[in-house]
Parts: sequence; C-alpha cells; structure tokens
Amino acid sequence: MRRAVLILLPYTWLAALFLVPFLIVIKISLSDTALAIPPYTPTLDLTQGWEGIRTWWAGLDFENFVFLTEDDLYWKAYLSSLKIAVISTLITLSIGYPIAYGMARAPEEWRPTLMMLVILPFWTSFLIRVYAWKAILSKEGFLNQILLATGLIDDPLIILNTNTAVYIGIVYTYLPFMILPLYAALEKLDGALLEAAEDLGCSRLSAFWLVTVPLSKQGIIAGCFLVFIPVVGEFVIPALLGGSETLMIGKVLWEEFFSNRDWPVASAVAVILLAILIIPIVLFLKNEEKQREAEG
Amino acid sequence: MRRVSWFNLTSLTFGFAFLYLPMVVLVVYSFNSNKLVTVWAGFSTKWYGELFRNEAFLDAAWVTLRVALLSSTMATVLGTMAAYVLVRGGKFFGRTLFSGTLYAPLVMPDVILGLSLLLLFISIGLDRGMVTIVLAHTTFAMSYVAVVVSSRLVSFDRALEEAALDLGCTPLDAFRSVTLPIIAPAVISGWLLGFTLSLDDLVIASFTSGPSSTTLPIKIFSAVRLGVSPEINALSSILIGIVTVGVLTFSISSKRAIMKRMREENRAET
Amino acid sequence: MADKPRKLPQEVFAPWEDPEAKPLIQFRNVTKRFGEFTAIDDLTLDIYEREFFALLGPSGCGKTTMMRMLAGFEAPTEGQILLDGQNIAPVPPNLRPVNMMFQSYALFPHLSIWDNIAFGLKRDKLPKDKIAARVEEMLRLTRLEKFARRKPHQISGGQRQRVALARSLAKAPKLLLLDEPLGALDRKLREDTQFELMDIQEKTGTTFVIVTHDQEEAMTVASRIAVMNHGKIVQVDTPARIYEAPANAYVADFIGDVNLIEGTATRTGEDRCSVRFAEAADPITAECTADLSDGIAVTYAIRPEKILVTADRPADRANALEGQIIDIGYLGNISTYHVELPGGQMIKAAMTNSTRLDRRDFTWDDRVWLSWRETAGVVLTE
Repeated sequence: MRRAVLILLPYTWLAALFLVPFLIVIKISLSDTALAIPPYTPTLDLTQGWEGIRTWWAGLDFENFVFLTEDDLYWKAYLSSLKIAVISTLITLSIGYPIAYGMARAPEEWRPTLMMLVILPFWTSFLIRVYAWKAILSKEGFLNQILLATGLIDDPLIILNTNTAVYIGIVYTYLPFMILPLYAALEKLDGALLEAAEDLGCSRLSAFWLVTVPLSKQGIIAGCFLVFIPVVGEFVIPALLGGSETLMIGKVLWEEFFSNRDWPVASAVAVILLAILIIPIVLFLKNEEKQREAEG
Repeated sequence: MRRVSWFNLTSLTFGFAFLYLPMVVLVVYSFNSNKLVTVWAGFSTKWYGELFRNEAFLDAAWVTLRVALLSSTMATVLGTMAAYVLVRGGKFFGRTLFSGTLYAPLVMPDVILGLSLLLLFISIGLDRGMVTIVLAHTTFAMSYVAVVVSSRLVSFDRALEEAALDLGCTPLDAFRSVTLPIIAPAVISGWLLGFTLSLDDLVIASFTSGPSSTTLPIKIFSAVRLGVSPEINALSSILIGIVTVGVLTFSISSKRAIMKRMREENRAET
Repeated sequence: MADKPRKLPQEVFAPWEDPEAKPLIQFRNVTKRFGEFTAIDDLTLDIYEREFFALLGPSGCGKTTMMRMLAGFEAPTEGQILLDGQNIAPVPPNLRPVNMMFQSYALFPHLSIWDNIAFGLKRDKLPKDKIAARVEEMLRLTRLEKFARRKPHQISGGQRQRVALARSLAKAPKLLLLDEPLGALDRKLREDTQFELMDIQEKTGTTFVIVTHDQEEAMTVASRIAVMNHGKIVQVDTPARIYEAPANAYVADFIGDVNLIEGTATRTGEDRCSVRFAEAADPITAECTADLSDGIAVTYAIRPEKILVTADRPADRANALEGQIIDIGYLGNISTYHVELPGGQMIKAAMTNSTRLDRRDFTWDDRVWLSWRETAGVVLTE
C-alpha cells in the first residue's frame, strides 16, 4: 500500500506535468490561429456535451504542418540547428576529451580540485556565462583590444552576432557536460590495461586508440548526447550571440510564440522538433539505463 | 607518484583557461567606472551601488529566490521518492515509461518544456504567476535530483536496509533511520542543484511567468539582449562570487571529511 | 590418521537422532523460483534448537536463498517454512524472532558501535536502562567495550565482524543467521574467530544457521552440515560422517581431498566386494552395503591420507598396488605423492613428513607400493 503511494506520487506528477502537456502541444498544433484568448481555435467546450467534442474534433487539421513545409524558413532552421549541433558537439568532444583525459591521468591528490574546477562553471548561471562572451567578442571587446594591441590584426574582427560566436558560446557553456561523463569513464580505466597493451607491442598512440577510446565509449556517447540534444533546441545562445544569419529552431519557436503570438504554429514547430529529437533522446536514455545497470 | 605529461598539462591549462577567462573578464569589467563596458576608465564600485538602488532588479531577485526555494524543496521530495522507487521499487507496471519521463527533462530542450507547460496551465485555466513557475521548475528539477540521488542509492549497500528490517524496523522506519541519513549528502546536493537550476532558468520561466512575477534571468535577458550593461556585470559578478564561495566551501569541507575518514580508517587497521 | 576407528564416538548432543525431538525450523517441500531459475528445488529439512547448522555449497547452490527465506527477505514459491511449528510466511522480517549477521556486516556507518548494537533494542521500545544493560553485556561478550563510542570505519575488520555479531545477538533471537560471517577476514583471524563463534554459540544457547562455501569452516564450527548443490540438499550429516561416509561422489569431492576411482563392483562376501577398475591392476577390496548388486558401475572414494606409501609390499593390508611416483607436492607438514598405477590411474597419497626433507625416502620415478585397509575407502553408487 505504501509502496503504491510512493510510486504513484512522482508518477502522477510526471504524467500531469510532463506527458499531458505534450499531448496538449500536439492538440494545439492541429488547431488554427485566432484573435482570441487563448489565441487558437477550436477550443473544447464540454458544456455542450458530445456536440462540443464533435465540433472540436472537426476543427483539427494538419494545416500548420503543411504551412511549415511550404515556408522554407522552417526546414532551413531545422537543418541549420542540426548542423550547428553536430559541429559543436564534435568540437566540444575534441576539446573536452584531452581535458578529461588530463584530469583522469593527473595525480590522485589533484583530481578533486580539478573536478571542482569543472563543476564550478556548471553551477554558475548559464545566462551569465553566455553573456560574458558579449563583452569579449564585440567589435570593441576584450579579444579585439588584445589582438589590436599586439599588432596581430589591423582591423577589428567581427565575431559577435555571427555563427562563429554561436559556436564559441555553445562549446563554452556545454563543455562541462562533455567533460564530466568522459572523466567518469576515463577515471575508472585501469592504468595497467595501457601498460599491458604496450607490453603486448602497442605504441602509445595505438594503445590509446585500441584500449582507452573503446573503454570510454559510454562516456563519449553520454557526453555527445548531453550536448547534442539540448543544443538542437537552444535559444539563449543564438539569441545573445548570434546574428541575422543564425537560424536556429529554438529561436524560431520563441519568436513564433512571443512575437507573432501564433501558438498553433509554435506548437507544430515543437512537435516536429520533438519528433527529430525523440530518437537521440531514447538512445540517450537507453545508454544511461545500461550504465546504471552496469553499476548496480 | 606519476609525473604529469606535457600533453596533459597543456590540455588542462588551456582547457581551464578557456573555462575561466570569460568569467574573470566579466568580473574585472564590473569594476570599470566607464559606462562603455569594454573601455577601461578606472576602478569603481559604482555599478554595484546602482544595482542595489534598482528596485526592479531587487524585486525580481526576491521572486526568483522564493521560486527557487519552493521548487527545489518540492523537487527534492519528489525526486528522492522517484529515485527510490526506480532503484528499490522492483518491477512495476510502466516502469520503463516512468524512468523515461523522469530522465527525459535532462536533455529536453527548454523551449519544448516551457511551451508545453504553458499550454497546460492555460488549458486548465491556471493564471500565470509564481505558482506556475514553481510547478514548472519542480518538474524539471526533480529529474536532476533523481539522477543525483539514484546514483547514490545504486552504490548503497542494500544489506543496510535489510539489516534495519531484520532488527525490527518497519520499511518506513528503515528509510528514516538508516537510508535517509546515509543518502543525505546526495539529497542535499540534489537540492542545491535544483536551487541553482531554478535561479538560472530563463526559457521555462519566460513561458510560465506572468506580468507580476518577472524573475531575475528574465530581467537580465531583456537588459543584455541588445548589448552589454555595467549593472548586469556587477550583478553577474555577485552571482559568480556566491557560487564560487559556495562550491569552494562545500568541496573543501567534503575533502576535509574524506581525509579525516581515511586517516581514521588507516589507524583502525593498524 | 589412516587408522581412525570405524565406529564414531557417540555425540552427546544429537537431537536429530531422537525421533521425539521437535525441530525448531522445518522446511517442507520448499521451492523458490526467480522467474525461470529454480534456486531451491522441493527441499525438506529440519533444524533443531541449539544446533550450529551449516549450509555448505558452491556459489549459486541456493544456500543464501534459504537463509534469506528464513530472515523473511524472500518468500517460498511453494511449500512452507515452520518456526516452532508456526508457518512464518505471513510474518514480515521486522516481526520475526530471527536475526541475521550480514556478509558485508551492514553496520550503519552513521551510528556508533554502541548505537549499532542498541539499534534493534530501541525498535522494541525497551526502557533506556534495559537497553544500556543489554548493550554493555553484548560489548563484554564480544570484547568491544573500548570501542563503544567509535564509528564503524574507525575500527578494524575483525572488530567490525564482532560488532555485527553483537548487534544480531542483542535481541536474543531464537535463531541467528550468519551469511559467510568470516568471509572478509584473513586466514589467521578466521581460524581464531571460528572458535570464538562456537564459544559464543555455546554461551548464549542460540540456534545458529551459517552459510558458507568454505568446507573447513563448516567442518570446524557446525554440529551438522547440509551440503547443497543446484537447489537441492545432497547430504545432511555431522562433519565426521560427511567426511568419512559421503553419500555420493559429489560430497566426497566437495569436502576435502579425495581419489575417485571408477570401476565395477563384484560381491565377494557378506559385506565385502571387490572393485575392478583396470585390466592391468588388481581389484580393490572394500566394504559395501548389502543391497549392492553384482556388475554395477561404482565410484570408489579414498582419502589420500588413508593411503600408506612404502618401498616394499606390506603384508597385513587388504589392498596393495604398485605404481610409479610422477610428482611430489611438498606442503611442509605433509607431502602429497602422485602415483601412477598400471593402466594409467593416478592416485594421490599424503604422508606426514615425520623426518626432515633431506632424508626423504622416495623421489621422482621411484616404484612404490600403495596400501590401505579394506575399511579405509567407500563404494559410492551415485
């Protein structure tokens, strides 16, 4: 009996505030925009009984999805989000891996400190860390001042409000998400395995490829998903650092909702975004489950 | 002791420089007296003064703090329950769906979460305000709490709970007198994580807040959207300072505790 | 060693031989399945009060499952478990008069030694002075008075083991379950602790059921041993009878060192038969039961220490076989000779090293005689 309550309470909460909202998003994505409160039609009027449900059902259609395929802004935004997410995930991995590796190979008494140094930015406000780059990358910013002062360049670089700034921002803010699972995987790695590989004739580099990389696979997978999935729907970074050329679907959704007040189209954008992300999300959850089982 | 290779040292140095330099620059600029943030005109703390005279910021900070306290506390209760059910509950109907919905918010883009919660609140006729933000933050923070707590529960020797039952505890007694005291550090860090996530959240709060319940991130975002502002630099520096002091205190004290324990264990065996 | 009297001395404490005695615990046709896997298979067993009962078997044989069913952490799929004649299936673990000492000790890390021992007593809502008195008594019994205020991580492994024992004994259970209680200790400490356990069991008069995979430990501490394999009990008996009269080849092989010789039996007298195992070698003369039929395939089991190794054929032994020494294992107190018989059968024989090594009688490739009495080995039909 107690067990049932224990299961039901968090379960009901998640169902009510996580699953049901998705159904509502799907429903509204099938509705039409209207100048009303709420700004969509039809609305379900249960006071009319069955008749109400029937008119509501008849009012649903795929118009918004058709609209999304007709206007090339949307599919370009999806493609560009995916491209930015893939590239920034790879950059984050290639920067994060050496750091995580260095941490895992550092003397044991350094490791808690290094760990704390990675976690500290993780706890610091995301918004503030993105904002910090504005002052660095702007035309009169810190980076240009340094480069001009040292004579490396003659004219200030235009970085802020370009895709480059977006990449920098993403890599910077998501780096701890990559380092932590990688470090967790690499730290468990037994140093004797590398010695055994070298003893059996591997060079340092081939031992790395044949032993270290395969054994840190779970960390790589977890880290990549932790970066890739949220970046596809990222809003803050393109909004603060990107420019007119930056096309990301999170920003499109935001504008559709807050500026155009077109809730049905915003919902349709969200439904497709979720459809794109559902496979990586399921894979991520499977990977996590596997890891938990391996540990438990 | 192993020597640190040059390669590792270099990657660590550059890696940490990359992580920390932007924050250092931000803090330095917050003491710049110039209104043009990036042009240095001398040391000054005047922007901190301006910040504390700005009622709108103070109001927003107060709202944010209350939301964070409430939602992280609720999330800790629900998240701990959820983690306990997943790790200890055995098999039950819908377990896979449950763990899926529990961990999905970790990676779900904020815009989707925010939009879907807002549409829920509207369709059940709940006015947007502090209550809706708290509900929304509780939902995604409970996932983080569940992750932190369940990883502690997994490494927790189940025999301890069985021993408590064996010695006469009811299951509830066993949880209260054995499980909870032992997982308390994880529960506390889950709470802290939920608290900072709530303090930090812009997107979900933007969707679910009403006109009377602007949170600090919403204020910051609208202030910096078009450019840098010295007041926001000051505010950011304060927040960075609080987190730094918090994390430092926490890790130093836990490191001390570990060292003490190791010394005692060594002494016990000899 | 080789010439142990055939008749075992009568045990003073042997309720299992008394048909009037009421068992404390009865397993009645108990089966436990985990999904497809059958952990316990239709098992029936009685355990008596004041016994020190050992469940012995390889890992995965079901011994831990039996213990967990007694403690109440698992319920039988079929059958009944009775404690004092009462079915205990509906009683949750916290209400059973049974306590358990866990393999990992499961000491509560956040409580002091004193509070760990008092934990179960506090659940019974005993008055404070009674709890204190009982805790002090337990601390004295396990010689832990000095460590009462320490936390579990501040004491050594052996001390932790004693805390776990004290904690599980504090409530004076009718039955104490010990799950591999000495598994985490090193060899020397384990041997000392075995005797300490027996001592405490005798002093408190509690019924102990111990789970172990260590046959020496079971032999040392137990009044009776149940040898288990694949969820079934293979043999239940006193240590001496398990060793000297194993029910089958599995038990003979699991307990101690043994030579197992496959052959066919032929009856030669009232309780005598001969076992032929190779064309080239003489058959073995052995004692066997009356119901043995001629020509049946049997396994002859003989312990290495029962075999005498000599240079010449001894006159007074029923069995004498000549062979060649292939290998010698020197273990200090004894040496093990691996001798190959004509036909290729290898026999292990253990001899006490009563003289110094440099004066050893035999060396590699020597031809020697192996001999033993007809009552030294057993004929096994399974």
